[in-house]
Amino acid sequence: MPRSDEGEQGLLTAAHSLEFPGGYTRSVGPVIGRFLTELRDGRLVGVRTAAGSVLFPPAEYDADGEAVTEEFVDVGPEGVVGAYAWVPRPRPSHPLDRPFAWALITPDGAGTAMLHVLDLGVLDAGAKPPRALRAGLRVRPKWRAERTGTINDIECFRPVVTTINAPVHADYRLSAGQALTRFLSGIAEGRILGHRCGVCGKVYVPMKGLCPVDGVPTTEEVEVPDTGTVTTYAVNNIPDPRAPGVPFVSAYVLLDGADIAMLALVAGIPADQVRMGMRVRAVWRPREEWDQNMANIKWFAPTGEDDVPYDDLRDHL
Amino acid sequence: MNTDIAVVAFAQTEHTGEDSGLSEVELLAPVITGVKRRTGLTRFGFTCSGSLDYLAGAPFSFVSALDAVGAWPPISESHVEMDAAWALYEAWARLRHGDIDTALVYGFGKPSQVRGDGGSELRELMTLRLDPYYLAPLGPDQVSLAALQARAYLDQGHKEDDLRAVAARSRAAGRANPFALDLPDPEGDEYEVAPLRPGDCPPVTDGAAAIVLATGDKARELCERPAWISGIDHRTEAHSLGARDLARSESAALAGERAGVRDGAGDIEVAELHAQFSHEELILREALGLGDDVRVNPSGGPLAADPVMATGLIRIGEAASWIHRGEASRVLAHAASGPCLQANLICVMSHG
Amino acid sequence: MAEACAVIGVGQTRYRSRRDDVSIAGLVREAALRALDDAGLTFKDIDAVVIGKAPDLFEGVMMPESYLADALGARGKPMTRVHTAGSVGGSTALVAASLVQGGVHDRVLVVAWEKQSESNATWALSTHPPLTPSLVVGAGGYFAPHIRAYMARTGCPDHIGTIVAVKDRRNALKNPYAHLRIEGISREMVEATPMLWEPIRYLETCPSSDGAAAMVLASPSAARGAPNPPAWVHGGAMRSEPIFFAGRDTVNPRAGRDCAADVYRQAGITDPRRELDCAEVYVPFSWYEPMWLENLGFCAEGEGWKLTESGATALDGDIPWNASGGVLSSNPIGASGLIRFAEAAQQVRGLAGEHQVEGARRALGHAYGGGAQFYAMWVVGSERP
Repeated sequence: MPRSDEGEQGLLTAAHSLEFPGGYTRSVGPVIGRFLTELRDGRLVGVRTAAGSVLFPPAEYDADGEAVTEEFVDVGPEGVVGAYAWVPRPRPSHPLDRPFAWALITPDGAGTAMLHVLDLGVLDAGAKPPRALRAGLRVRPKWRAERTGTINDIECFRPVVTTINAPVHADYRLSAGQALTRFLSGIAEGRILGHRCGVCGKVYVPMKGLCPVDGVPTTEEVEVPDTGTVTTYAVNNIPDPRAPGVPFVSAYVLLDGADIAMLALVAGIPADQVRMGMRVRAVWRPREEWDQNMANIKWFAPTGEDDVPYDDLRDHL
Repeated sequence: MNTDIAVVAFAQTEHTGEDSGLSEVELLAPVITGVKRRTGLTRFGFTCSGSLDYLAGAPFSFVSALDAVGAWPPISESHVEMDAAWALYEAWARLRHGDIDTALVYGFGKPSQVRGDGGSELRELMTLRLDPYYLAPLGPDQVSLAALQARAYLDQGHKEDDLRAVAARSRAAGRANPFALDLPDPEGDEYEVAPLRPGDCPPVTDGAAAIVLATGDKARELCERPAWISGIDHRTEAHSLGARDLARSESAALAGERAGVRDGAGDIEVAELHAQFSHEELILREALGLGDDVRVNPSGGPLAADPVMATGLIRIGEAASWIHRGEASRVLAHAASGPCLQANLICVMSHG
Repeated sequence: MAEACAVIGVGQTRYRSRRDDVSIAGLVREAALRALDDAGLTFKDIDAVVIGKAPDLFEGVMMPESYLADALGARGKPMTRVHTAGSVGGSTALVAASLVQGGVHDRVLVVAWEKQSESNATWALSTHPPLTPSLVVGAGGYFAPHIRAYMARTGCPDHIGTIVAVKDRRNALKNPYAHLRIEGISREMVEATPMLWEPIRYLETCPSSDGAAAMVLASPSAARGAPNPPAWVHGGAMRSEPIFFAGRDTVNPRAGRDCAADVYRQAGITDPRRELDCAEVYVPFSWYEPMWLENLGFCAEGEGWKLTESGATALDGDIPWNASGGVLSSNPIGASGLIRFAEAAQQVRGLAGEHQVEGARRALGHAYGGGAQFYAMWVVGSERP
């Protein structure tokens, strides 16, 4: 006995369904039958009209009611999207339970299009239409594993493959090398070390264990103070994780006693007030945060001393 | 056209099976100094090197290596992202022009650094040189592909025992070579990837090497017994594994022919082959017609020390050393590049 | 005595930010087939293949000569891959030329490319290795301080860079291969763009492009049969210096000066400004034009900016620089050097189309890389030397 109840407006209502048990049995005729049989076998066919074009999906007549020929023609499987409609929140009756598009798709070789479903990937409900969705997009059917001879034997269409995603990951365990290990052990103690070359006498900070000009090993250790001069610099407007913010200054800092400048951050002064020749001192992190790492020095900041004149800088540029 | 070009000096590191704590340039510097001392030269007409960015995990790894050379005043210098044997070939071609008479060639690699906590090693890294669409995404490592070729070779009617003999002989020779690794005799039946066992595969090795080439009278001035390059050539095969006959090395045979290895290679006394896997030695012997009387890989070869990107150059240096010592008159060196001996370089050197 | 070497074929792809219509092989084949076509040849006629590109990290394909052997018809031939940082396109051409000049091969195919859209050039150039003591900045961040030093050294006005930015992009409008095609580009437009690394503004910077370039180099006997006019190599040289050393001149590097001097000596040139008809020079940031004008001896030290300001390097000037639009208009990093060499060749072959410099008979091709420490240059001419 159907249930009845009092609805919100005080109406007497009851639920009711209509469903022919087992569904309707529809005979399809020879042309649709041929199409669906080919579909069940995983093939797309159209039919040639009297005028010579290929009607798809096939019917016994063209749009003007003219009878078609008996010539079936393989079309697709690839095709082209024409009009489309993006569904951001599918309804229960829709073929997919995540965002998709309805599309008119013309298989290659066919003269007309078919309405079907376009799957553009797994997206969250409410997603905007993907950039790939456009007229002219080339697509191919995704065939259902179990096919029975209905238009749903094609589960949906998907864009042809144009790219692959190639995750590339290589792991390393890098050693610092002797010279750098020594340099960083100095930094761990708040000391800046370098080497003097026994041939040219130049002091390299950090040391590399050899002189790049003379190609000989260097061993004489030299300690330099953490003060120096900015020879030249850049004001960067593109953010970097190691820098305090933008704009930030990356500068060549010639430490007192060194013959080669180091590239380092300069901060503690507005970027537009940094000058070539500016005197700077290292700003260290709190001692308890020190490690064998250049990050012990946050950056270099101005000392307030007079700038070094350009003429004294020119040999270091 | 200058065709009298010789290997006049060769130096290599004492290669290590683990990270020694030295950076690439620290490994390389003594080797460069070594060949400079041996020849008395501090500058060269041309310099060329071979190395691989991916071994160092950063682009431009060859740039810092230049510090070991002393490139001041500026030098004429080039680099290949290949085994340094190809850098030697480039230097050889350059010397033919006749306007310079010396060249420095070097190569280096620290494959020990290629390792991840998940157990990845050099053999995994080499997957990156494969076809990026059809091969790399499957993840076949270097040992797996070599095993494929070993299978193709064995199926021609050869035995696994032949592979084990190569492995045992190579390791023993390596133990006698102060520059190569001291590895125990291969033992055990377990496969790495069948039919290859651990002994059939190269050990991960860090190292560097350098060679000096010189022409004509300059060579005679720098070296008592220059190893004259009588022929040098290299050839590649298709990359697509299915398009190749993996049981044979067509390109090694072709390069050998062009380098003047005659039928039966009868006059070759010593051959240093860049065979990273034991079956590769057997395939190469056949391709080059090397008979049982040829001493193959007396250094132990790559199975005893494989400092990637220097290994091929070292074969040339090792072979040349036999001529330098007056212990052989005609030798052959081989270098390989690409998966499964895809490309091969042959260098034939003689005493006179 | 080295053999003479001719360029008998040149091929380029249209440079764009993403070539998502081709695989890597497709990209390089496009340029290679065009070059072969220009030379009236097929892959079968080639004796050796030399390829070059910048770090493999850009595409994540290591040692790509292995993968590309089939694609470039290299089966049974020698194949080499050159890598010399940004100068690689140029040094690749020189390595190939060396094979011809050394009498080793008669016909060599040279290809250089980059498909950097597959990742990101900025990422690939700053992989932040652990332990390094130095601040690692991108290319612009690296060069900006040296540009500042140039400006301080010369006392020049600060609009010189924009002149170059406009000139090269205007030239690009005449080059069907160029990436950036900015109609109506003007100094005002350039100066309205944000400052990226002072003094370099957004529109004073090279783009990031996908693309490939190729050439066929030939010996004199092989050049005889070529259907189109050859360009002859009159000189070629490479120079390198260490990137960091005490007393290095980063504004006017000696390696660049020495390399140019060697090339000019080989080509019998004593006054490049007058004896060359045009130059294709690697200028990735606008200010490098005045700096390289000095470094390459086109004017006295300190005078480069005046030459640029005078309009001498414009297409209608007396020494056009970068008639093709240069690196400022197209920059597939591994190919950029080869493009300079190839465009120089096209000029003296009379095949540069709309950006042809009238009557060009001798041209300079230039490439540099790393921290301005690697140089590769050649001079090509219409006549056999």
